[in-house]
Amino acid sequence: MADIQQLERICSQVRRDIIRETHACQSGHPGGSLGCTEFFVALYFEVMQHSPDFSMDGQGEDLFFLSNGHISPVWYSVLARSGYFPVSELATFRRLDSRLQGHPATHEHLPGIRVASGSLGQGMSVAIGAALTKKLNGDDHLVYSLHGDGELDEGQIWEAAMFAAHHKVDNLISTVDLNGQQIDGPTEKVMSLGNVRAKWEAFGWDVIECADGNNMAQLLASLADAKTRTGKGKPVMILMHTAMGKGVDFMEGTHHWHGVAPNDEQKEKALAQLEETLGDY
Amino acid sequence: MIKIDYSNQKDTRSGFGAGMVELGKTNPDVVALCADLIGSLKLDKFIENHPERFFQCGIAEANMIGIAAGLTIGGKIPFASTFANFATGRVYDQIRQSVAYSGKNVKIAASHAGLTLGEDGATHQILEDIGLMQMLPGFTVINPCDYNQTKAATIAAANHQGPVYLRFGRPKWPVFTPEDQEFVIGKAWKISEGKDVSIFATGHMVVKAIEAANQLEEQGISAEVINIHTIKPLDREAVIESVRKTGCAVTAEEHQRLGGLGSAIAQVLAEEHPVPLSFVAVQDSFGESGTTEQLLTKYGLQASNIVEAARSVISRK
Repeated sequence: MADIQQLERICSQVRRDIIRETHACQSGHPGGSLGCTEFFVALYFEVMQHSPDFSMDGQGEDLFFLSNGHISPVWYSVLARSGYFPVSELATFRRLDSRLQGHPATHEHLPGIRVASGSLGQGMSVAIGAALTKKLNGDDHLVYSLHGDGELDEGQIWEAAMFAAHHKVDNLISTVDLNGQQIDGPTEKVMSLGNVRAKWEAFGWDVIECADGNNMAQLLASLADAKTRTGKGKPVMILMHTAMGKGVDFMEGTHHWHGVAPNDEQKEKALAQLEETLGDY
Repeated sequence: MIKIDYSNQKDTRSGFGAGMVELGKTNPDVVALCADLIGSLKLDKFIENHPERFFQCGIAEANMIGIAAGLTIGGKIPFASTFANFATGRVYDQIRQSVAYSGKNVKIAASHAGLTLGEDGATHQILEDIGLMQMLPGFTVINPCDYNQTKAATIAAANHQGPVYLRFGRPKWPVFTPEDQEFVIGKAWKISEGKDVSIFATGHMVVKAIEAANQLEEQGISAEVINIHTIKPLDREAVIESVRKTGCAVTAEEHQRLGGLGSAIAQVLAEEHPVPLSFVAVQDSFGESGTTEQLLTKYGLQASNIVEAARSVISRK
């Protein structure tokens, strides 16, 4: 049984890490990172079977692929906090000679990363490939992937969607972060997504919705539900509603903080709202 | 004088298909993907033997490259195959991020490269792919010259750890390399010794280079023909050693003049041993519809063009 209070405490620390990572290098993407904090914490601290003793092949464990790589601050924090690499390394985010590149990469051999992402739309295809290899290898663990809603503008996503249904890739749970924002503004203004649920259903996926992806209990229930739907001939999609910038009042619900780092004053204001639960790096 | 048996002709893509059949038997990790061109890529037999190791991607090449990258996680060796145009330019960013930058052990098998595909015309005749692929850090780029070499290169690509671009073509072409050859990636193959001029050729142009060397011999000129089947990593030593002897060189490729084999060799020689050079390649233009031989003639890729280029570089020594 999940200790929701403990997971929420981890979330608070991860949010502090996100603010401090982006503040220190005065770049990066805090908005989407803050919005997906519960999702990452739930996956790495509760849902996935995984080993921080990292191997690229990841046989015998669940795998996670981040397709919208710009929310790297939250992933780096969660990987470090779950033991993949020293927490102190978060201080090197986006710095020269760091393993914590602006967008996730395998090139510098950061444990936990299995493919580069950043150029959008590619991660679902890679996740499907990894899921196919799990099937070929008789490995019954699952593959998870996360995508932004703005990323659904990319055609490759829909190529992958069609492929996964056609080939019955039913060991895959993909999640779309529906925060309704992308760089240039609200998704409905930039490029209307229409009926997202109907689209995924029409592409042959088993679709569930998580009404509040920033509510840990709700999110865990959705992830558990998704897991029960695997192995039944269809890829599984979680449409996860979140608030961009969640947890920091002045960043919440706006695209302004998509790719803008807080200044000194904003950092202090943000950190004052987030309890230091595990110790800052 | 090297005799070419023009009665023995096979397409290089069938060499790929034969290599895949062999790999199907010998390497259980090898899997294949295709984007609705199974027949053109000669994958029928591999699929018949190993249906569970083949993934039809439909006409969605970007997704195919991503899936190939993912398949490597857990140890598969994917061959993502389609026409060269759709295997490179169309999906360059997918190859760059998900394969090259991510260091994935993906093999990109590209048929119908160059002008020789013929009647389909310029939309399909990619002449920029060697340049595109050799610019990617860590990529190996191979352009074999006949059926036997393509089969051997396919097997060598599977045994090589790292991303490989394997380029071949559509037409039936003379088979002149040994059936049981050892294919060593990055090791040039000296086809004939010569002292007056070096001819470095790749892919379908190797047989044209041999024809050119035979014609030059009749004119009293001794040409050294070297098959550069691996454009990257380039066999620098073989190139320099030959040119030290001959003092001039011609390159021949079914590719744009800019960015391909000629550019790679010019860069090595400019740094190490500058000599007169000439480039038999497509001169910064698109192709068009026509028969293979008509196109090679119109775009200056015949043996006669190599002969002319050789005489020119010799005169500039």
